[in-house]
Amino acid sequence: MDTPILRFENVTKCYGNNIVLDNVSLSIAAGEVFSLLGPSGCGKTTLLRICGGFERPDEGRVYLDGVDITKLPPNERDVRTVFQSYALFPHMTVWENVAFGLRATGVPRDEIVKRVPRYLELVQLKGFEQRRPGQLSGGQRQRVAIARALINQPKVLLLDEPLAALDLKLRQRMLMDLDAIHDEVGISFLFVTHDQQEAMCISDQIAVLNRGHVEQIGRPQELYEAPRSSFVASFIGDTNFFEGFVTETQGDYCNVKTKDGFDLYLYNDRHLNTNTPVSVSIRPEKFTISLTPPTDTDQKMNVLQGEVEEVVYLGAHTRFWVRVGGHRISVVKQHHAYGLDERSITWGDAVWLTVGADKGYMLDRNGSMGE
Amino acid sequence: MQNRRVRFFVGLPTFVWLLLFYAIPMVVMLLLAFRHADANGDIGATWSLQEIRNLCNPIYPKIFIRTIWLAVTATLLCVMFAIPISYQLARMRPRIRNVFLMLIVVPFWTNFLIRIYAWKVVLHPDGFLKSIFVAIGLCDPDAILLYNSGAVLTVMVYTYLPFAVLPIYSAAEKFDFSMLDAAKDLGAGSFYAFRRVFLPAIMSGVTVAIMVVFIPALGAYLIPDLVGGASSEMIGDKIAQSVTTKRNLPHASALSALLMFGVFAPLLIGMLIRKWRQRAQGETMVTNRDVMKGAF
Repeated sequence: MDTPILRFENVTKCYGNNIVLDNVSLSIAAGEVFSLLGPSGCGKTTLLRICGGFERPDEGRVYLDGVDITKLPPNERDVRTVFQSYALFPHMTVWENVAFGLRATGVPRDEIVKRVPRYLELVQLKGFEQRRPGQLSGGQRQRVAIARALINQPKVLLLDEPLAALDLKLRQRMLMDLDAIHDEVGISFLFVTHDQQEAMCISDQIAVLNRGHVEQIGRPQELYEAPRSSFVASFIGDTNFFEGFVTETQGDYCNVKTKDGFDLYLYNDRHLNTNTPVSVSIRPEKFTISLTPPTDTDQKMNVLQGEVEEVVYLGAHTRFWVRVGGHRISVVKQHHAYGLDERSITWGDAVWLTVGADKGYMLDRNGSMGE
Repeated sequence: MQNRRVRFFVGLPTFVWLLLFYAIPMVVMLLLAFRHADANGDIGATWSLQEIRNLCNPIYPKIFIRTIWLAVTATLLCVMFAIPISYQLARMRPRIRNVFLMLIVVPFWTNFLIRIYAWKVVLHPDGFLKSIFVAIGLCDPDAILLYNSGAVLTVMVYTYLPFAVLPIYSAAEKFDFSMLDAAKDLGAGSFYAFRRVFLPAIMSGVTVAIMVVFIPALGAYLIPDLVGGASSEMIGDKIAQSVTTKRNLPHASALSALLMFGVFAPLLIGMLIRKWRQRAQGETMVTNRDVMKGAF
């Protein structure tokens, strides 16, 4: 990776005895969409406010394009924020709101007149120049906030839960539009959200935060397919956890005996030793569900037998909850081809679940990396 | 229909009250200006333009200008002090804020007259304020702090400041302070953000403050009477003198009417012109604030 545009170095922030950020270090590359993902109270907004200059870290530094900006006031940093509440100026028109950053920094008038329409066009708000924020819908206000923040051509755009106030349909559309805007302007976006789907959808990199520390940083695919902690595994997407311990290792593979008394044969990428307590995460779509026993099994296949307790048909896929011993396993079946005449799996059916040994992930019990 | 009748009866007491105690007395006052006082200080029996003519007394223009100057200056000072005070109040934590709001209201529990006499003590030639000023070289030992326009202005600002703070605070309290963050984030300095974002947002409160300070300041007579001197008489003094010592009610009425029309007629005309212009432009959005802005 070339030199990062934005870098947090060992940032720590406390409010009283409450540690909000605990030694956080992150690097954001130029031009990428970087998400800070985590539940409320994980410190993601505080990190954003530190970047915007509204909070000072107790320890650590923030570098923008190689320059230490830790102690600069907000108006001297080349970053702009889209606030969660948008914070549009109600007494100004859309045009005046968008032009504010240019006027405040003393950009000459003919330059303002040239630039404002360009950015209004970028966010598809042509024709709304003379409206006031009170006369706009939520999505339009959001667009004004984005245009207003982008017009000064900052090095990084900070977005604080920008879609939280919108309804689902609008949120999906805004995500697409944000992506298009990002392609157009090409600067880095630092995107704060608690919604893993939003983060997965738009990000090049995601940092998952939990209680003030970084759990994992990676591409969306890495976080989903190779979560390094049970927190990440459960926060991103659905998963099934099986508690147990390693009973036997066989080369790269091992046997895990779960608390509910069945054995799983799994790829042991961390080379955990016998008797290590583990949590095994297997995503619902990794299971294959069938009414008949699988025929072509080898040793690397786990086969579980259970009973269907719940079925939810969702069009593109169907979600099953299958009782296997003391466990209720969530299973998703994709409908690549769905024959209306075929016998579909339903409540009370006895079913076989198969899952390959390479499809599960072993995490240590405490939620951090094993060893 | 039902609704309209209910509304009529609900509004009736207020209407009757305003009619009995505001509208009718005002008309009576205006009519009195066209009578004249007889030798006993009673109101004469016939109509006359004598008191209207008496308004041409050459001492009045000076007093009039002084009255407006003092009222305008007191209003401006009050608003200038009230805005930063309100800003601070609105940013305080609720518990501390309540203490300060209480402190602003507490003086009202002391009689107004006593508070003015207290100022006489403070401003007295042997008073502590002067000795401090002399000690730090702020004023000459021979300077007089009392019985001049400066004293009147000081006490007026003191008296009316809470009336300016409360409406501006109530507007500032509703202000979303994240907007100041947003302004700074967009590159604005603190002062620019304050002027372009905070001030416009509290304008409705400022308008109310201007009215509740300017109108009573214009009619003030106790303050200039007690801490002012001959050089700082206001029109209110003259009206009070006409009523009490000169026993000339018609002259007092004529003066009051002059004050009223002299000050409020221009405001009213300005307001009407603005409204008419907006209608001519076909603007549909005439908010209260816009109308008020036109008035001042």
